[in-house]
Amino acid sequence: MISMTPRKDIPLSLTVITPAVAVFLTLCIGAGIFGILGYSPVGALYEFFVAPVSRLDQIGDLFVKACPLIITSTGLVFCYRANVWNIGAEGQLIFGAIFSGWVALSFPDLPAGVMMPAMILASIIGGILWAMVPALLKVRFNTNEILVSLMLTYVAALFIDWLVRGPWRDPMSFGFPLTKMYSDAALIHRVDLFGAGMFGQLHWGVVGALLLALFGGFLLSRTILGFQVKVMGDAPRAGRFAGFDPKFVTVGVMAIAGGAAGLAGMVEVSASMGQLQPNVSFGYGFTAIIVAFLARLNPIGVIVAGLVVALAELGGDNAQIVLGMPKVVTGVFKGVLLFMLLAGETFNRYHISWRSAGSSTRG
Amino acid sequence: MPHANQPKTTTQTPLFEAVNVDKRFGEFVANDDVSFLINPGEIHALLGENGAGKSTFVKMIYGLLQPDRGQFFWNGAPVVVRGPHQARDLGIGMVFQHFSLFDALTVAENIQLAMPRGEAIASLASRIRDISRAYGIPVDPDARVHNLSVGEQQRVEIIRCLLQDPKLLIMDEPTSVLTPQETDQLFQVLRQFADNGMAVLFISHKLDEIRALTSRATVLRHGKVVGSVSTKGKTSRQLAEMMIGTKVKDVARQKAPARPKALFVLEGLSRPRDTAFSVALKDISVTANAGEILGIAGIAGNGQDELMAALIGEWRGDKAGVMRLDGVDISRTGPSGRRMAGIGFVPEERNGHAAVPSMSLADNALLTSHALNDTVRGGLVDLGKMRDKAAAIARAFDVRLPGPNPLASALSGGNLQKFVVGREIIKAPRLLIVSQPTWGVDVGAAVAIREAMLDLARNGSAVIMISQDLEEIFAISHRIAVLHDGTLSAAMPAAGLTADKVGLLMGGSDQAAGAIA
Repeated sequence: MISMTPRKDIPLSLTVITPAVAVFLTLCIGAGIFGILGYSPVGALYEFFVAPVSRLDQIGDLFVKACPLIITSTGLVFCYRANVWNIGAEGQLIFGAIFSGWVALSFPDLPAGVMMPAMILASIIGGILWAMVPALLKVRFNTNEILVSLMLTYVAALFIDWLVRGPWRDPMSFGFPLTKMYSDAALIHRVDLFGAGMFGQLHWGVVGALLLALFGGFLLSRTILGFQVKVMGDAPRAGRFAGFDPKFVTVGVMAIAGGAAGLAGMVEVSASMGQLQPNVSFGYGFTAIIVAFLARLNPIGVIVAGLVVALAELGGDNAQIVLGMPKVVTGVFKGVLLFMLLAGETFNRYHISWRSAGSSTRG
Repeated sequence: MPHANQPKTTTQTPLFEAVNVDKRFGEFVANDDVSFLINPGEIHALLGENGAGKSTFVKMIYGLLQPDRGQFFWNGAPVVVRGPHQARDLGIGMVFQHFSLFDALTVAENIQLAMPRGEAIASLASRIRDISRAYGIPVDPDARVHNLSVGEQQRVEIIRCLLQDPKLLIMDEPTSVLTPQETDQLFQVLRQFADNGMAVLFISHKLDEIRALTSRATVLRHGKVVGSVSTKGKTSRQLAEMMIGTKVKDVARQKAPARPKALFVLEGLSRPRDTAFSVALKDISVTANAGEILGIAGIAGNGQDELMAALIGEWRGDKAGVMRLDGVDISRTGPSGRRMAGIGFVPEERNGHAAVPSMSLADNALLTSHALNDTVRGGLVDLGKMRDKAAAIARAFDVRLPGPNPLASALSGGNLQKFVVGREIIKAPRLLIVSQPTWGVDVGAAVAIREAMLDLARNGSAVIMISQDLEEIFAISHRIAVLHDGTLSAAMPAAGLTADKVGLLMGGSDQAAGAIA
């Protein structure tokens, strides 16, 4: 019989060993899968893990890929810590893109010093407003925030699709569903490393994302606000006993998550696209959920988890391009990686022992 | 087969014997080399503090758990009890602490569900009446369970066991839900069983009861058998010392202040029930005086939780003026505001209510002090200061810590209780409101907690103590009120009260209330 007992404290060595073992097992299983399908196991693994980061500028690209994940995930951590299950970050991200897009397209002549703060503010407001729908329905009518936030994602996706095909379409776009290009002031620029040149696509949004994650970590661990969130999530009854208002916490974490997701939408469009299009997000809002849990709901961990997931994404793209590997195979491999990392987490938290049954009759 | 270190008091074959039984849960050793025997016709007590391993041991006898090591003997023959069904076939019956009856069904229907083969309700009902008459246990087979008191429900469970004609009846803390009068009735019935040759294994930590009812007691401490002794000629103190392993200090009650000064006034507190399983509070009025401990007695489920939530401010009514501290209306103030006004609270449930198990003691100290603005400045928590505070509480109240600033879940129940009580007392509140302050706490810690409350009262604070433990109520209260079905009796000076009178009020007897008033 297998018995699992929670560890009182996790030895430091384990926190290093388990992820290493998890990655190693992923590589073995991956090699097996690729081998069976007729790809060179070593070559495939190379394309997955090494090729995407084999040059310095590609490392910059990795951070760019991780950027919207890190921003969105930092906000989601607050929700999940408080036991509020916001699954609709994707929709909140889209609304952030729409609101900031409205600022960029309506006032293209604003100077950069006004444009950027205005767009950032607009994106946060957009995300918060979209998150307030499930939040207020939950506090007022006790609706299920999982369903409402998820369904609103599809509303948001259809809404931006209608905008860029209809009222906001650039008349000069030859019928393509695209808005006008943003003015230069509305674009996020790449980081020029003190004259040392560009670092791949690395843009200032990435710097902002890292700072945001650090700030999120500070908020959660050092402030009374973060304390409220954690107490409400871990023991809601103790939270009420402490005098915290569950409704305030629910609305608050939804606002944080919505605002962060909205900001991610703005950054993604202003840094990588330069105009609104039907698809401003490639499932970042959903992938960010995985990132949040991979990070053990810790904003600092979100940076690492965001990079890991981004590498798996880039590696999957690369394997599809270079080896012609089908998308489902790269998807399975990404799944194996996440499964192994999360399973390793279980070994970290529980002591697993094997005890033989049937010894109960000894005299 | 008879074991060398097993004391034999008679030459007869024991009805049931356990030899060298071990049971572990993960790394926790619940039973360590436990040996035990019970003879036919004997009422035997299994005595120990909460967590000493009593329940684990009887669950193994009843087949609900399997021992990791050791051997059971039934009438001298080795036996393995694979499950409750086999236990019943052997002749082992068990009445649990928490009943498993369906509220909406009648007594006979409930019992029918538990019987191995289908039996017509009519014939079952007549058998229930026979047994009920034979043992003098009044039970109406046609009554619906939701109309029965807890004591009556327990009788249904006992009858259910008796129908299976048990040789050994196990009772797990049967008196924890009973009034003193119901307890006396139960004891008469159990003595009758013993006279008829049935063995009764009686689990309790209430020493007076054990001395009144049983002839021998097996004492467990930390999962080990400390000894198997005759209870005759032992004082409660001797048994308590066996149970906890150290000397027991007495708590001496102080005189009530000569001229009481009302500090906290409840006036007409009413609260509608919010679910079918909660109790409505009806027009509760009571005054807590400075320098005094007000005990609120009552059996569990008579509105204690609802009253505590209203006192803490987790629930707030619309009516103003219901609750006044020093003349200031606080009936609409939230928990933080009430703390700032100088009230400390200790709710009954430690885990998840008074404390967050997954958080450190420093965080748990913050839980009830974040509004008292010396630890939080500009939204920032002073983590160092909170750690110091938690350590100070631990030092002052002898909380044994497994390490610096451990998680609350790493503390034993008694230690955590000392922490959550100490957390409030160290703030020197003008009013302390506690519920079940020593529930699940060992005797030594209980004495320390009660002394701390008395100290607080001595220094001029008021204490309101909601407790289901009558011994505790009588030990330290200056005045006593009884909560029954959401109604609070008048507070009466403890000096002129007997356990009998309070017991009648706890059972909801109006005559008693009239006689006392």
